[in-house]
Amino acid sequence: MPKNNRHLTVFWTILAVTFLCLIINLPPQLNIFGRTLYRPDFSMSLGSFKFKPNLDLRYGLDLAGGASLIYDIDTTKVKKEDLPDALESLKINIERRVNLFGVSESSVKLSNQAGNNRLIVELPGITNINEAIDLIGKTAQLSFMGMIDIPPEATATATLKDVLKDTGLNGSHLIKASPQPNPNTGVIEVSLEFNPEGTKIFEKATTDFLNKRLAIILDDEIITAPNVSVVIPDGKAVINGSFDIKSAKALSAQLNAGALPLPIKLIQQSQVAATLGQDSIDKGIKAGLIGLAMVTLFMIGNYGFLGLIANFSLVIYGLITLTLYRLIPVTLTFPGIVGFILSVGMAVDSNILIFERMKEEIRAGKSWNNAMELGFGRAWNSIKDANTCTIITGLILFNPFNWTFLNSSGMVRGFAVTLLLGIVLSIFTGVYVTRNLLRILARKNNI
Amino acid sequence: MNFMKFRPLFLIISVSLLFASVFSIIKWGFQWSVDFSGGSSWQISLPSKPDTNEIKKIFSDEKINLESISNNQEKYSLKFENISSDQKNKIDQSLKKLDQNFVDLQFETLGPVLGKELLKKTVYAIILSALSLLLFIGTRFKDLSFGASAVLAMFHDAIILVGSFSILGHFFGAEVDALFVTAILTTLSASVHDTVVTFDRIRELRRNTYQLDWVQLANQAISEVIVRSINNSMTIIFMLFSLVVLGGASTRWFATALLIGVICGTYSSTAVAIPLMLLSKKKK
Repeated sequence: MPKNNRHLTVFWTILAVTFLCLIINLPPQLNIFGRTLYRPDFSMSLGSFKFKPNLDLRYGLDLAGGASLIYDIDTTKVKKEDLPDALESLKINIERRVNLFGVSESSVKLSNQAGNNRLIVELPGITNINEAIDLIGKTAQLSFMGMIDIPPEATATATLKDVLKDTGLNGSHLIKASPQPNPNTGVIEVSLEFNPEGTKIFEKATTDFLNKRLAIILDDEIITAPNVSVVIPDGKAVINGSFDIKSAKALSAQLNAGALPLPIKLIQQSQVAATLGQDSIDKGIKAGLIGLAMVTLFMIGNYGFLGLIANFSLVIYGLITLTLYRLIPVTLTFPGIVGFILSVGMAVDSNILIFERMKEEIRAGKSWNNAMELGFGRAWNSIKDANTCTIITGLILFNPFNWTFLNSSGMVRGFAVTLLLGIVLSIFTGVYVTRNLLRILARKNNI
Repeated sequence: MNFMKFRPLFLIISVSLLFASVFSIIKWGFQWSVDFSGGSSWQISLPSKPDTNEIKKIFSDEKINLESISNNQEKYSLKFENISSDQKNKIDQSLKKLDQNFVDLQFETLGPVLGKELLKKTVYAIILSALSLLLFIGTRFKDLSFGASAVLAMFHDAIILVGSFSILGHFFGAEVDALFVTAILTTLSASVHDTVVTFDRIRELRRNTYQLDWVQLANQAISEVIVRSINNSMTIIFMLFSLVVLGGASTRWFATALLIGVICGTYSSTAVAIPLMLLSKKKK
């Protein structure tokens, strides 16, 4: 029969997808009977399109261990139209400081929570949170001061402060400093770029101190004091001295680090040791497996053969979910794992609804095959409505549009994302997969 | 089976649960975690298991107000006011002197601003969920009283969950934290999930049997779906129960909250939502 052929195709497709998901979820290396098997590499390229998936599960800070810092950004001193630029340059600056720390996969994010601008820094693997706070919070003060000629008779008593006159130009005016070779001579220089306000001050300073020295001071220390040879009106300057690539880079980094365009204040810090995270993962897996075992036994005990098929769907559900976690990728946090475990419980719900419905239809005198098709058809309404309600709540928790009046913290989101994914997938496996498995397997096994 | 004859009993159970919840919330309040109250929360491991008084002394020497300290074997959890990184360094050193195998497991500091924000956002999330569900169910069943009773049953569950955390907090130190917010919202959706399945059956029966007596319709619908309702809750309860017993300490209370929520949700769809819906039908 053509209809049965179609059912067979679907059946084999389901098995093929399951097998593929199973392979993706295997560890990269597997030792069986003294032989080492390698997980195939799924990289492929199609013309210019390269597909090279990273199949590792990503763990959040609470599981992998590390530090997270939240800063409040003081935006009161910046004009509204300059704010987006200032925030972006703040982010870049902090990123640079974080990179100095040498942490892989660190992240710096800006967030706007109910009108308050925040900066969220995540440092996986950092165990000494204070070191990180010191490095990020360090407000190196960059300033530009002109050197005044002092009368010879005062030379003996003059201190550094007496010979310096503040030009009003400081780190907040610097957009960036970068090392670059002079286009004519090839000598390495450090180029400076100022924002519009800084450009004006800089022009005035270079006029005032023409043919004098302009000192660049970072944290009360004169880094360099180049001679001003021309008036510079375009806000671009170069410091030339005897730099090599290394010292030019170091100076640029120092200058950039000093230029925080907006003041920040630490309002939250948290730190998790990696051992604690591993402990949570182990316990979560153990709890999940035992819970799963109870659910499968319960299903077989209650529904017999049907329950067994539902358990197969549940395994397929688990494999597809884990595969999606790897491919999307979903960063797993502990609440996320709880969401996953909870969704396993919910995944069997569709099947219970359907099986109870089938029992009713059989009691009403329908043949097994008819009862099955009717059960699936009639239960679908309830499944659809009930799960829509859960999806609505899940979406409000996930807050996909980043509405500022709703929560957007990582914990709540981590839970919402696994719950949402779980509901959608469980409808697919609970209804579509179970139905097709039953169509094929029950035909041979006409109970 | 005539479930609706138990309506007075349901009323007594629900009212006493609600009363106990409100009583506890007013009388004992909550154990707020640092997520809400602001302050520092610190988990450390001291394998030599020193007496908590020795740790208290370290804090009082630094003139830091230690709000609470508790330990389970070598794991200590402490709560105190916000401290500077200098103070934290000093405490680290003193603890290292006390026990050289001291390990800093988890450290969290929050300003009180974030907590207030979180609380506000939770209330908004609940209102938004309630309104969306009211609208969705109201339209799906073309009857606003279905939506309203489902949402009221949902609030019934939420109040009992919040109340039981006030009680658990008073007697066992369960804390209300950011995750608890998630638990409340999940409870809301689980509660509605169950109610909708029963409503759905009432709608179907009404269409197919031309039965007009709402009480009889409700009884028949409940008899037909209650096995499914209990079986389904059982599977979720299995998963959550194993999390409560075997999961890490950090999410034990979270799983407990979900467990209370699921049990409540199963009860309320039969015992609260349906009777409330019938109430509106009687008046017509």
